[in-house]
Amino acid sequence: MIALKLAFKNLIGAGLRTWLNAGILSFSFVVIIFYNGMINGWNDQARRDTKEWEIGGGQLWHPEFDPIDVYTYQDAHASLSAKVQALIEDQEVTPILLTQASAYPQGRMIGVLLKGIDPDQTILKLPTEKLKAEGDEIPVIIGRRMAESLKVNEGETMLIRWRDKNGTFDALEVKIVNVFKCDVPTVDSRQIWLPLEKLQIMTGMENQATFMVTKRGFDEAAIDNWVFRDHDFLLHDMDMLIQSKKGGASVLWGMLLIIALLAIFDTQVLSIFRRQKEIGTYIALGMTRWQVVWIFTIEGSAYSVFAAILAAIYGTPLFYYMANNGFSMPSGADDMGIAVSAVIYPVYSIGLIVSTVVLLVLAATFVSFLPSRKIAKLKPTEALKGKIQ
Amino acid sequence: MKNKKYIPSLFIVLMLVVQAFAQPTAKAILDKVDKNMSADNMISESSMTVHGKRNSRTMTSKTYKVGDKQSFTEYLSPAREQGTKMLKLEDKLWIYAPSTDRTIQISGHMLRQSVMGSDMSYEDMMDDRKLTDIYDAVVIAEEMIDERNTYKVEMIANVVDVTYYKRVVWVDSERFVPLKEELFAKSGQLLKQTTLKEVKKIDGRWFPTSMVYKDMMKQGKGTEFNIISVKFNQDIPKYIFTKAALKQ
Repeated sequence: MIALKLAFKNLIGAGLRTWLNAGILSFSFVVIIFYNGMINGWNDQARRDTKEWEIGGGQLWHPEFDPIDVYTYQDAHASLSAKVQALIEDQEVTPILLTQASAYPQGRMIGVLLKGIDPDQTILKLPTEKLKAEGDEIPVIIGRRMAESLKVNEGETMLIRWRDKNGTFDALEVKIVNVFKCDVPTVDSRQIWLPLEKLQIMTGMENQATFMVTKRGFDEAAIDNWVFRDHDFLLHDMDMLIQSKKGGASVLWGMLLIIALLAIFDTQVLSIFRRQKEIGTYIALGMTRWQVVWIFTIEGSAYSVFAAILAAIYGTPLFYYMANNGFSMPSGADDMGIAVSAVIYPVYSIGLIVSTVVLLVLAATFVSFLPSRKIAKLKPTEALKGKIQ
Repeated sequence: MKNKKYIPSLFIVLMLVVQAFAQPTAKAILDKVDKNMSADNMISESSMTVHGKRNSRTMTSKTYKVGDKQSFTEYLSPAREQGTKMLKLEDKLWIYAPSTDRTIQISGHMLRQSVMGSDMSYEDMMDDRKLTDIYDAVVIAEEMIDERNTYKVEMIANVVDVTYYKRVVWVDSERFVPLKEELFAKSGQLLKQTTLKEVKKIDGRWFPTSMVYKDMMKQGKGTEFNIISVKFNQDIPKYIFTKAALKQ
């Protein structure tokens, strides 16, 4: 207890030096919590959006379907059995049929993926009800990215060319009935959504699908030959990316932390050098060398306590503001192939705050202890005289 | 006097009958085209110019061909493509790239990729079935193309596994070489157009030495093929049509 009292008295007495060190360390506190909060917020948003727009409660894949290998699309389709049809009617699953095609907006050729989906489905957030539009042309919906890449607008028509199941070319005009805004690029980039039944007829694959999206809470089991892919499987790439982002971020805040800890280390070295008479007096008054080491170590780690208090004073309103107003992402951030919304709202968990505090206190204690060990080797008589040893 | 007014009508009917008998059938026309265009074997040197949006690339190659089933092509220029070889045996196609020193078989959906960035796909090269076997052909008109009289032959697929549901070909009525061909989708949309020019008599047969192959749905000038030299009925060593020849 006496060590704590002495340590805090000494720190308060040191004045500006103490607050400079605590200030730098508090900045590290805020940066670590803010950065990790941002990544957590991004992760939460990306997972939520991907579930709502793309994967629902998981997907049932044709055994040959591999979304990364476009060459599998031609053969990865099968008929929907009566059992599956019953699930579709109950809105438990919604079938999707894929086929490769070429779009020709204004005479340019762009490789696209045609995706047939039931206009009445309610599992995904896609505005598929717009596909019920009637007219001579086939109604299609595309995402904002796709519209930008094709340089087309809602209400315009364009030619698309595809092959049927036998490989025979066919081509028709389609009408863009809706351009939807979505943060999930995997349902947007280079994709054209059209009514499932139309695509089945166009390709000669009546009553067939490539995969099915299940409703959330769907009983995770394979149906017929369809292989069930759960969230862990479907979000694996995203998890890996988040992990790598966290790793990259840790280098940034790690460097900031090292600078702050170096400041504490230097302060401790200087303290021990300048306060030798004080050290000698403590030992002369009956303290053991290690008790004195302890006082100095506590002094060093107390910087982290002050830093935590400082961080709480100016960080809390900042975090509160950011959690409510979010952080605007630069334009184009969502073109990197993963769900990124225009505004990310950071998520600060108790675990994140506690772990950051523990990390900083332990790190500050360790760097304070390192120079303090020298005290154990001081001769008390020499120290009392203030002689440099 | 009464019968005199029927004379012009009879004359027209007679002319139509004569015309119908004078015009060869579509099958006969296509057979004659085959005789001109196909050979037991052929060695040709040609250039292919791919017209892009900003620039054009020209590649030259030498092709050895036996019938419609065997062909071997070696790219001679530019330096980047030099040494690239393609071997087609029946329905199989291999490509050798000197940069990787590897031979890969182009199969399945890879056949739908473009050949060296041109408007032509590997599949377009591979389809060696006789047109008369997979299409029902009829002569639908006679038209003038480049001041040459042509038979306009329309072909509709009679099998399901064809790339183009409908083809229309304009065949020179004297020389029996195609001067133009249009390929259509099932919906009737025009997809590709080939125009053939500079028909020359080589070794006793008429042969077009310039061809432009164009994807009609996209902008651009298409892909241009020019025959630099062609020799028919040559002795081509059998080892040319082996996979081992690709690496030589």
